[in-house]
Amino acid sequence: MKYFEEDRSKFPPKNADGSFQIDPESHKFTHIWQGPQHPGITGNMSLELIIQGDEVMQCETHVGYLHRGFEKLMERRKYIQCFPLVCRICVPEPDFNEYCFAAGVEELAGIHVPEKALWIRTLVLEMARLASYLMWMGGAAGSLGHGLPGQWTNYLRDYILDRFEELTGGRIYHMYILPGGVRNDLPEGFKQRLLDVLDDIERVMKDVKTVMFNNAVFKKRTQGLGVIDPSWIEPYGITGPNARAAGIPLDVRKDSPYLKYPELDFEPVVGIESDAYTRLDVRRRDLLVTVDLIRQILNKMPENGEYMAPLPNVLNWEIPRGETYVRAECTRGEYGYYMVSDGSMYPRRVNVRGPSYTHAVALMEKLVVGVNIADVAALMTSLHTYPPEIER
Amino acid sequence: MDYVIHELKTHFSGRTFEKKREDLLFTTLETGVLVHALKHLRDVLGFRHLVLITAVDWIEEDQFQLTYLLRNHTQKTDVGLRVFIPRQNPVMESVHTLWETAATYQRELHEMFGIDFPGSPRVNKPFILEGWQDIPPYRRDFDTKKYSEETYFPRPGRKTHDPETYMKQKLYPDGTES
Repeated sequence: MKYFEEDRSKFPPKNADGSFQIDPESHKFTHIWQGPQHPGITGNMSLELIIQGDEVMQCETHVGYLHRGFEKLMERRKYIQCFPLVCRICVPEPDFNEYCFAAGVEELAGIHVPEKALWIRTLVLEMARLASYLMWMGGAAGSLGHGLPGQWTNYLRDYILDRFEELTGGRIYHMYILPGGVRNDLPEGFKQRLLDVLDDIERVMKDVKTVMFNNAVFKKRTQGLGVIDPSWIEPYGITGPNARAAGIPLDVRKDSPYLKYPELDFEPVVGIESDAYTRLDVRRRDLLVTVDLIRQILNKMPENGEYMAPLPNVLNWEIPRGETYVRAECTRGEYGYYMVSDGSMYPRRVNVRGPSYTHAVALMEKLVVGVNIADVAALMTSLHTYPPEIER
Repeated sequence: MDYVIHELKTHFSGRTFEKKREDLLFTTLETGVLVHALKHLRDVLGFRHLVLITAVDWIEEDQFQLTYLLRNHTQKTDVGLRVFIPRQNPVMESVHTLWETAATYQRELHEMFGIDFPGSPRVNKPFILEGWQDIPPYRRDFDTKKYSEETYFPRPGRKTHDPETYMKQKLYPDGTES
């Protein structure tokens, strides 16, 4: 078989760090912006690209004008008033923020959470993971020109949102996990309805695999695209599925077990090739692990029990002085809340460590060099970044 | 965790140690030894993952607290190193040579708190707040309410009409009914 050998003699010379030497005055390069209104870009961020022909020579990420100053706003609110804020940091999976914030407050205040509440929290976090993956899968398919899998996964996500509405009263923002436990017990018949949705998801994911992951064009466009070297994991702070696709089994659920994860039986999904295809496939397999985890949780969850610890009046609640860091594994990697209390009713400082922070800026700028402009959107969705975690 | 405390105490004269959990330790260090301590933790003790760099504004004591949180993936433990720098003209040594991703954190801290990290890539380039003229917004003395009142103005709402009086006016503009 004869392969096409490209002529790279007309490309600019490279610097020692692998970046191209670019002279903007030479009129050989085009300076364009991709995003924030590009359908393939995840959310409101944009890439400032310098291209030659159709190949990216240089990239700079600009995190946009979405939500500013969540952390600042929290400093002016009582702890309980922060919940409507934290869940808005990540729209597809707000529960991880609620959990981290609640767990941070519990740790600072020394609150013991009842057993049943821990199980319900684990269930809610896994449901959120499912909803987020299903939404992302539509976006990833869309950025590669597949309309159909997105429609399938989005209707499945809607079923999960129905279950969330039953449980919490809200479809997107739940404000369900509060310090001391959760707001309500499971409604009657909830378990069976959730199990029915899980069956649907498993059935449709087989079709998604056939249509999307076994598709020759899809493979051709994503295999070999944006390879992350395993040695970059530590300097770039890569976590979650992006690290697991490089063969490094980083999973907070296993590494620093929280909630009821130590009692559940699962293995972190890992890949080998570390390209865009592997990252997409790791997420697809992780989704199926989540389906299995939810089944395990529903099996093991106790029927009765307290779901909320007794608390003082939360509006006059003073949290003892101290600082802590609480983390959870979301669909993009490690979510963390660094919280400092000065002993007053208001948090002194809350710093949100969004997993996209490390993936979307330094790593993206490195990976995108040398990529065809048509594949930039696919590369970006394969990293699964989310802008509000960066600008906050 | 005890070996970390021991190492930090002997090599870097660590002052206070706060064991928050079995896997989380916070310690305060002198500003001058911080970069050496980070390098030692990374290269010798295996804390190779930089979780975050962040700042806390202690305005009453007129100083910033910088926190560097590191994680050891093998031991599954975290260490938070704290340093205090003066609030007036705050400068800190850059650690972008140790971790590539540190440059992004330092860009954010420069913009939001006004802490300077000389030599850090693109540290003076606007990151999120293009064209910001005021004091850095995450400092405690920045008043969000005052700023928004001075910068933004409420848009006048639409005029609303009570249907009954409106129709009367339309039908009988001179005020004579039937």
